[in-house]
Amino acid sequence: MTIIETIEQLAAKLAGLPDWEDRYTEIIAMGKGLPLYPEEFRSDQFKVKGCQSQVWLHPRNEAGVLHFDADSDALIVKGLVALLMNVYSGRTPAEIVASNDDIAKELSLEQHLSPNRANGLASMIKQIRLYALAYSLLKP
Amino acid sequence: MIYDLRSQFPILQRHVHGDKPLVYLDNAATTQKPKAVLDAIADFYVTSNANAHRGGHALGAEATALYESARGTIGRFLNAAPESVVFTHGATEALNLLATSIERTYGASLRGKSIVISEMEHHANIVPWQVLCERTGALLKVIRICDDGSLDMQHAQELIAHNCAVVSIAHMSNVLGTINDVETICTWAREHGAHSIVDGCQFVVHNQVSVDNIGCDAYVFGGHKVYGPFGIGVLYGRPEWLTVLEPYQAGGAMIDNVTFEKTTYAEPPLRFEAGTPNIEGAIGLGAAINWLSSIDRKTVADQETSVTEAMIDGLLQHDRVRVIGGDYARNGIISIVVDGIHANDLGTLMDEQGVAVRTGHHCAMPLMRRLGLQGTLRASVAAYNSIDDAHRFLDAFSRSCRMLG
Repeated sequence: MTIIETIEQLAAKLAGLPDWEDRYTEIIAMGKGLPLYPEEFRSDQFKVKGCQSQVWLHPRNEAGVLHFDADSDALIVKGLVALLMNVYSGRTPAEIVASNDDIAKELSLEQHLSPNRANGLASMIKQIRLYALAYSLLKP
Repeated sequence: MIYDLRSQFPILQRHVHGDKPLVYLDNAATTQKPKAVLDAIADFYVTSNANAHRGGHALGAEATALYESARGTIGRFLNAAPESVVFTHGATEALNLLATSIERTYGASLRGKSIVISEMEHHANIVPWQVLCERTGALLKVIRICDDGSLDMQHAQELIAHNCAVVSIAHMSNVLGTINDVETICTWAREHGAHSIVDGCQFVVHNQVSVDNIGCDAYVFGGHKVYGPFGIGVLYGRPEWLTVLEPYQAGGAMIDNVTFEKTTYAEPPLRFEAGTPNIEGAIGLGAAINWLSSIDRKTVADQETSVTEAMIDGLLQHDRVRVIGGDYARNGIISIVVDGIHANDLGTLMDEQGVAVRTGHHCAMPLMRRLGLQGTLRASVAAYNSIDDAHRFLDAFSRSCRMLG
């Protein structure tokens, strides 16, 4: 599935949950499903700036494919992080760089999220794309 | 007697997130505005709009009279003469004004002297003093707090007694609701020749103030936290001190006579109000203070206490809840942490249910560090909050905790 197709699938899933309680329960469950974050990367170097809660994002380049370890100390944010991992982890840097960065809008999350949450999401996407850009510029 | 003030606040009739009636409990960040304030601002523009202290025409005179009448209202509110009341953009500007004017007045003589603040200060009462210290070589000294959230008064006395030039302390903490014994602090400051400044932002919302009884050299508060509009604040300065202090900003209205060789300045308070002032803000704040004076403040304060106590009692039914600074009602401010649950998650889910609270560091990062916390969930009560609000707050809180596991 392409990035856009994954986004559309997630958007449809959330749109199928019109009640705020179901929606947040789903997001929280996604967060709880994230793999354990490696403690050695829980440092300021891997903290995402611009989020109200603490978010860590550690990129790994495995044979030209980007994987991310990610975590947050807040459950809802962790759920949003998990959602982004669904979209971006396991892609090539070129794929991520070429993708539309308007994911918050694509997911129709903006109307379900407080402005601060939407800003936090934007900060995370920006960080993912910056890592992708950096890796795409590295010589293979 | 119970006041039902809710109907006087148009915004409290609205719903959020679709159909959820608003329960507004973020009053320590800003209060909602009563109709009396909204009307006063609109009336000014409809009937009397002109610049103050300038035009010789009818509207100019009316605008000036309304602006100065607001100054008189604030003066009575603080038990101070109108000439000692300076309008600023807010409490932050009032503190910046003081730090800047102190630097200009005392300059190099501040080197090696101390500026004393406390661990529970809002950033607005920290950063301007850090800047002053950097520019003058003065030293920032910080009064410790005790584990119950009160000031370590012995430490306060030590710091004030040793080479202190200025002590600037919150009257009431915006995070803990603690009220500080500023009367004693100001007495010590006087005894040791230091200037005393009190940040009254949170205190004036719930309590009667007399700057005479406090004995401070300056007292500041912002309008929007006390039912008034944004963009207006108050600096009370002891008249003898204001006369000595150098101006803050320069421009129109703050002058006596201008020539290219030498300009002389107006007497206080206008000396500290360069440029066209926030006339609608002053009028709105005056209306807010008049509105506050029209209700019995003791009754309202008791009401706020019962609402706060009901909230704390309900919160303590959850064994994972810790009330920061102690379990008793603190002037309408409740800061809590819940074991295993992030405050931001709670805030988000409570907001979905129409309950507005604040989460985070509350512009008091050093205090959070001292308490070993990343942040808290803060609920803060105002005159219009009812027991019903307390119950809806507790319902939303319980439901959010259940969802977060």
